Amino acid sequence: MTIIFLLIGISLTVALLFLGSFIWAVRSGQYEDDYTPSVRILFEDESPDKDFK
Amino acid sequence: MRETTQTLVQEKEHCYHCGDECSATPIYAEEKAFCCTGCKSVYELLYANNLCTYYNLDDTEKPGVTVKEEDVNVSHFAYLDEPAIQIQLLNFQSSTLHKVLFRIPGMHCSSCIWLLENLTKLDNGVLESRVNFPRKEVSIAYHPEKTKLSAVVTLLHKIGYAPTLNLDNLSGKKKTTNYSIPLKLGVAGFCFGNIMLFSFPEYFAFADEVKQQFGAFFGYISILISLPVLLYSARGFFESAGHSLRQRHINLDTPISLGLLCLFGVSLYDIFTASGPGFLDSFTGLVFFMLIGKYVQQTTYDALTFDRDYKAYFPISVTVLEKGQERTMAVKELAPTKRIRIRNQELVPADAILLRGNAFIDYAFVSGESVPVPKVAGEIIYAGGRQVGESIELEVIKDVSQSYLTQLWNNDVFQKNKSYFGVGTYADKVGSYFISITLLIALGALIYWVPRDTDMAIKAFTSVLVIACPCALSLSTPFTLSNTLRIFGQHKFYLKNGDVAETLAKADTVVFDKTGTLTESSETDITFHGEELSARDCSLVRSVLQHSTHPLSQSLYGFLQAPVLPVINYREISGQGTEGLVEGVPVQIGSAAFAGTAHMQSASTTLATRVYIRINGASVGYFSFHNHYRAGLKTLLTELQAQGKKLAVLSGDNASEKENLRAYFGETADLCFNQSPADKLAYIGRLKEKGQKVIMVGDGLNDAGALKMSDAGISVTNSVNGFSPGCDAILDAGSFTQMAKFLRFSRRSLNVILLSFGISFVYNIIGLSLAVTGQFSPVVSAILMPISSLSVIIFSVLGVRLVAWRMGLHQKTSNVTKS
Repeated sequence: MTIIFLLIGISLTVALLFLGSFIWAVRSGQYEDDYTPSVRILFEDESPDKDFK
Repeated sequence: MRETTQTLVQEKEHCYHCGDECSATPIYAEEKAFCCTGCKSVYELLYANNLCTYYNLDDTEKPGVTVKEEDVNVSHFAYLDEPAIQIQLLNFQSSTLHKVLFRIPGMHCSSCIWLLENLTKLDNGVLESRVNFPRKEVSIAYHPEKTKLSAVVTLLHKIGYAPTLNLDNLSGKKKTTNYSIPLKLGVAGFCFGNIMLFSFPEYFAFADEVKQQFGAFFGYISILISLPVLLYSARGFFESAGHSLRQRHINLDTPISLGLLCLFGVSLYDIFTASGPGFLDSFTGLVFFMLIGKYVQQTTYDALTFDRDYKAYFPISVTVLEKGQERTMAVKELAPTKRIRIRNQELVPADAILLRGNAFIDYAFVSGESVPVPKVAGEIIYAGGRQVGESIELEVIKDVSQSYLTQLWNNDVFQKNKSYFGVGTYADKVGSYFISITLLIALGALIYWVPRDTDMAIKAFTSVLVIACPCALSLSTPFTLSNTLRIFGQHKFYLKNGDVAETLAKADTVVFDKTGTLTESSETDITFHGEELSARDCSLVRSVLQHSTHPLSQSLYGFLQAPVLPVINYREISGQGTEGLVEGVPVQIGSAAFAGTAHMQSASTTLATRVYIRINGASVGYFSFHNHYRAGLKTLLTELQAQGKKLAVLSGDNASEKENLRAYFGETADLCFNQSPADKLAYIGRLKEKGQKVIMVGDGLNDAGALKMSDAGISVTNSVNGFSPGCDAILDAGSFTQMAKFLRFSRRSLNVILLSFGISFVYNIIGLSLAVTGQFSPVVSAILMPISSLSVIIFSVLGVRLVAWRMGLHQKTSNVTKS
């Protein structure tokens, strides 16, 4: 049963990775606007020569 | 571009750009109809840049915004290119990249997003533009060598999306975006979930083997995981509780913090002594659910205040000079480059450059310093400054910021002294009792259970502390009142804050000013008595009147027709009159005592409202005013009396109108005449000493003292009045007759609050009795608590709407401001 210690270690590491990515997502402002991206994705990019970021 | 929509447009003559119905003669371009040249020029601009997709994104609605000012010119925004201003405005600055964030209240649909994100096609210098629609913001990155900030702003104006450039943007303090609530929530949720996993052996009997082997290990891991919750997520509760304790006061977070600390302490004890698993799952869950409640509360409240700050405008007007002609205009239509005239005691509504006149600006409303500062032509005068002395001409350089005006209004300088008021808000009164009782019950439960079952004692103690959160007390009042304010706002009645609504509901006396409040100054009949005034005399008189804001001066100014001359040594003596030196001739205008002869003074007691004129030391005669009372005044007064309010009139005039007023006000009302501003103040002071709660209704500038002295001062504005933050509420003259209804509505809003208190007490009694008997675990009460808070919020919001609907206040009052 000692394998449980290892498993818990791994699961906590994975969980912390997710927590870290959540914190990164919040800090980079992804939770600030939950509407505009849903509209933006539907716009047709008419001029591929123009540089959209 | 596609041409499918073309036929549709031609059937109905709706503007191709903004969708408004076109007036008699639509303007045609490319076979499309436009309502105005502004819309047409936007279309042409977009067409030339191959951006007509703008019109095709949404079939049902035309996306365009009607363009108000047609001739925007880069030079109007040249000040934006000043390095000093740029430092404050730009988020990021380098030699190849500038970034700026604008708030654009005009954006409203997906086409707006599309166009704003394609700015780069209209201006090659723009590198990227990104819209945040919920916040109505666009962040623009541009190359400083290819374009300029002023050019970008001009472009936005041209396509109808004028950005708000206000002091908030320019204050230099970038709002650091607050991520703390989502982060705290995320951390608490993470810890809660993981601790639950480690608590599984405790939840299920079949895991007994695991529990025996790993129980202690799981316990220590749980402690480790719960630390971020204790130190980070729950910090807000502890800080707020600690803050209030330091001020020897108990607030709502006190019992919650106590419960949290207790749970955590007991869990530590349990785990370290191996006597049990502790309650760390409950502890983290509790914080998680309470944060959810806070988050919902925050977003709802933000939406409500956004409406108030950015969508509603005070019904106040300014005098605008256009091609030498004066005209009044609603403040919200004021745009940069407009020339405005600010008179004695009026407030500068937006940042502006002084063009003409001796400005003495008093920034008392902004800084609390009430020493007028002299300014010379060319200097910038910031919004909120008040002119003292003669009238000045200014050119507006920034848009009016409603949120800034609201903020000014709520400045501490104007907060009423609470001790005068003596009523206190319901929440304050009930709140402290409620919390003390909760603490007593929790303590009782603890004492009762400890000798019987220590586990149960802890459970009951924390459950009581958590479930008894007096949510209704803290939530229902702000939510109900902010909705009430919003509904009032739709009817052109603007309250400073929620407290004012409570005061209005509790008031028992209404005191009116006469001139300009009960009477309609625009409809006064004016006749001149005395020797015929020569054209030059008219001009002298009018020149002095130009600077005064008194309602009588204003109507006389409108009545006389003569050119205006410059005035020096202008002075206005409140309650008496104004004087000044015009072309070396002293002119005095005012009451009999001020500008009349001794003979006139003795005869003045029985006569109509008169304004005496003295030119070069000799009295030349007087203007007499025949008053028109506002239509609907009688009904308003009868209704107020039916509500049991005591009425009174304070008039600076003589008693000539006594009989008329008696007919309107009835036998019981107190009618006082010849009142100086100091008399009015003293009168209201006397009423308050008698314990009456007084509403004063008057003119914001001339009755400022009395308005401030009263419990709730309502300033009635019509097209000529400015904004004075001394009052507690602004009422548009057009809605004056609805005042009785407004008072009734605020009364009913308070009933909604009381009712929601009732609901919350029922919740609490049920919850507490279950908690005391130990039938709740803390985590169940932590789930129930936000649910009960939400139901109270929903009740108070819907309750106010329902009341408004039943009183017929749900419809917006149509735009009645005269201009």
